Amino acid sequence: MNAPNASGWKPQMGPAGRSETPTSSGDMALNLEEPLIFELANRGNCGVDFDEEPGDISPALASFARKSPVDLPGLAEPEAVRHYTRLSRQNYAIDLGPFPLGSCTMKHNPRLNEAVARMPGFADIHPLQPMDTVQGAFAVIEQLAEWLVTLTGMSAVAMSPKAGAHGELCGILAIRAALEARGDKRAVILVPESAHGTNPATAAFAGYAVENIPATKEGRVDLEALKARLGPDVAGVMITNPNTCGLFERDMKAISDAVHAAGGLVYCDGANFNAIVGRVRPGDLGVDAMHINLHKTFSTPHGGGGPGSGPVVLSEALAPYAPIPFVRRDDTGRLRMVEERGAKDLLPDSFGRMVAFHGQMGMFTRALAYMLSHGVDGLRQVAEDAVLNANYVLRSLDDVLDAPFGGSGPCMHEALFSDAGLAEGFTTLDIAKGLIDEGFHPMTVYFPLVVHGAMLIEPTETESRAGLDRLIASLRHVVTRAKDGDEALKSAPHYAPRRRLDETQAARKPVLVWKGDPAPAGEPTRSETGGR
Amino acid sequence: MRYLPLTPDDRTAMLAKIGADNIDALFADVPEGARLSGPIDGLPTHASEMAVERYMRSLAAQNLSAADAPFFLGAGAYRHHIPATVDHIIQRGEFLTAYTPYQPEIAQGTLQVLFEFQTQVARLFGTDIANASMYDGSTACWEAIAMAGRITRRDHAVLSSGLHPHYVSVAKTMAKYTGDTLDTATPELLATTDDDRVIAGITDATSCVVVQYPDLLGRIPDLSRIADAAHEKGALLVAVVTEPVALGLLESPGALGADIVVGEGQSLGVGLQFGGPYLGLFGAREKYARQMPGRLCGETVDADGKRGFVLTLSTREQHIRREKATSNICTNSGLCALAFSIHMTLLGGVGLDRMARINHARAAKAAARLAQIPGVSLVNDAFFNEFTIRIGCDAREAALRMAKNGVLAGVTMGRLFPGQDALSDGLIVAVTETVSDEDIEALATALAQEISGDAA
Repeated sequence: MNAPNASGWKPQMGPAGRSETPTSSGDMALNLEEPLIFELANRGNCGVDFDEEPGDISPALASFARKSPVDLPGLAEPEAVRHYTRLSRQNYAIDLGPFPLGSCTMKHNPRLNEAVARMPGFADIHPLQPMDTVQGAFAVIEQLAEWLVTLTGMSAVAMSPKAGAHGELCGILAIRAALEARGDKRAVILVPESAHGTNPATAAFAGYAVENIPATKEGRVDLEALKARLGPDVAGVMITNPNTCGLFERDMKAISDAVHAAGGLVYCDGANFNAIVGRVRPGDLGVDAMHINLHKTFSTPHGGGGPGSGPVVLSEALAPYAPIPFVRRDDTGRLRMVEERGAKDLLPDSFGRMVAFHGQMGMFTRALAYMLSHGVDGLRQVAEDAVLNANYVLRSLDDVLDAPFGGSGPCMHEALFSDAGLAEGFTTLDIAKGLIDEGFHPMTVYFPLVVHGAMLIEPTETESRAGLDRLIASLRHVVTRAKDGDEALKSAPHYAPRRRLDETQAARKPVLVWKGDPAPAGEPTRSETGGR
Repeated sequence: MRYLPLTPDDRTAMLAKIGADNIDALFADVPEGARLSGPIDGLPTHASEMAVERYMRSLAAQNLSAADAPFFLGAGAYRHHIPATVDHIIQRGEFLTAYTPYQPEIAQGTLQVLFEFQTQVARLFGTDIANASMYDGSTACWEAIAMAGRITRRDHAVLSSGLHPHYVSVAKTMAKYTGDTLDTATPELLATTDDDRVIAGITDATSCVVVQYPDLLGRIPDLSRIADAAHEKGALLVAVVTEPVALGLLESPGALGADIVVGEGQSLGVGLQFGGPYLGLFGAREKYARQMPGRLCGETVDADGKRGFVLTLSTREQHIRREKATSNICTNSGLCALAFSIHMTLLGGVGLDRMARINHARAAKAAARLAQIPGVSLVNDAFFNEFTIRIGCDAREAALRMAKNGVLAGVTMGRLFPGQDALSDGLIVAVTETVSDEDIEALATALAQEISGDAA
């Protein structure tokens, strides 16, 4: 008993027991199919009990009342738990393994942060409670703001933006407000081709024309070309640093100086701040505004597509134009939320409100818990390990994959490869889908646009060396298959809950909602009768 | 450090593999003047889980949480009972720690949930389709105005005075920079909504009218009359729902003629959370699908012909379309959408109906009780679970004193419209299924003391 396993643990090789023998249910052991709720449930079912019987509708309301309940079926609690649990098993997640999406920063989400966010003193308070009853919530915002300002070396921070792109909008609106305050009607924002799509979309959303900045052969902003384009019509630039090729913009300070000299302002996309937190302060590089994705650098969970949180740090030049509301300490030492009225005195040039209430409190508590856990020393280690892991991946793969900027110096937090060298007819998509069969989430593919068939790998600091070695071994295997022209790779994935999905059909005739009728109470469900 | 798996030996071996002498060599591209030699001054160093938890608990303890007081706040954020199942499911790592479903073969869980969510929202709103969520109600509201502008190629919107002032404020911020004009007004403490003003404001240049349903004061505008007036001039009706539970009882905005329906979904599954993260809901007529902002999940088949789901119509979106995208939104409120969807699945249409009726009955009881207090007058004729009263004195000061005595009385008009003397005695009172008879009595007692001047 308790003797060590003589053979040790080995990964199982080959197909994981997928049998050719069909099953009567369509399920295969732990590979479970799951119908839609609307096919599983009947009208009339309900998984919630109430303490009282519903009363009559008051006569004044009767004319507004609907004729019958909303046509949605319900599930009893055990059925609901099972439905969502079965669905959850069709998802890959950072809790299952590496999720090396470049620029997305999928790192471990500490569970302490979940517990903290759920403390009733944070989770069960209303945004418009009298301010004296929420001093602790204001303190969280104030302390998180102090961390962000100190870590970035900036003057101020706007806490209310709801996500990264919303933060970009905040920064660009602050720039526009600052320029307009001096009577300057500049109309153009310059954006590098390698930028996230949100950058040009944000500039356009705020009413600017967008022009591209060319890059050098080594993957950085072409400073001379940028200088040549600067002029009285350029409101500013949006630069991602470290950039989406995974490189630090060596000329960042010179870029900022040139933009300022030409009367413009500098927006930095801070999506990749995790690479430099604790080692570099963007404020020292002449940045005027930068959003920080709390769901990237500070590890609040991505939740399958959000929520995020995108506070924006601002330079002295832009601080007067920050959005409302914001937290201030008054003469008596009490914290106050300064809203429309108070801002008239305290921040008269604010560009206004971006969102109802005060921002993503549930993300603030998580991010602050994360910062306190790491401390300023740990955050520096976070950046170092993230960069170390990415360089380790770069140098462990650059003999089998083309690294277009591999000679441009060390990478930062992510390693960029191209599809050069794959066999005729094999693509980056095949590599991604092959990696799925290997049990990994693929890297970011076809982004940045400046590299053909781009593969952008961001391991983050929360992967172990052994974990990286497994990812590298699988990538090398899949790349070798693509170079050898292994046709089976083109139809990968073979072992995922679904094979490749027909995205063309989805877009040509969009089916965005279930259009059937749920089964009436007491009758067989749609999944039993097989109909809509 | 508990979140960092690399050991000092790992780091040494990895630097050797990379061919770097030390970690500083990997940061060689940082200009010398911007390199920090050690940890930044002025911030604390690392702490144990126990220490962080203890500290955060001390901050949480400085807040008066809703469960610890009779609680009547609403005005865009509502406290409902959330089944324990919801929080259990959303903490499953497969949902919590997944990314936007860019690789659909290994994200069918998230994608099917989004498809179910879109269906639930569309049926609740009475719209053909709905998207996979926005940040919150206020940003969804602006996106709807912008979308109406794209559809009608007009840039003038008429906003009801019953629209939440934060939503108006957000729209004003954006309109300053897009060149749209907004026709707005301050609400009055009257029983009737400003439907007549809204209708009178519609011209041939109007892109949309924006009407909250029920409105800020809990009143219920005549959407179908406004829809007819808007359509007659080629304008769209944007309906805004900040309390989706109301639609368990009220006719859906889509059925009354709204072309775009947006809302705040926080009431179901998400919780108060001091204002965020919340959940923007966005529904519309199917013919406008290609003008929608945000992610859309659609049904398709895989290579074996099995049904599956993908993000679709992405040529609207920033990552494909860049500066020509319909919106700059990327990250949305996926996990909040899951929470909403689970809660809705547990309720079903029948449960939502019961919940809504209980909310309404409790609110009616509270309104009747408060109206008995000398000096209190009820503004509304009709309401769902939220109504406005006038208390004859400064409501903001009264609410603060009542809070100090342990009663969270409601949202004051003075907080939302500071400096507007005509509104300063207005108090918006929300009453959900979480409010007990004892809570109502506690509010009535506190309010009576405030008005009679006997407050401690």
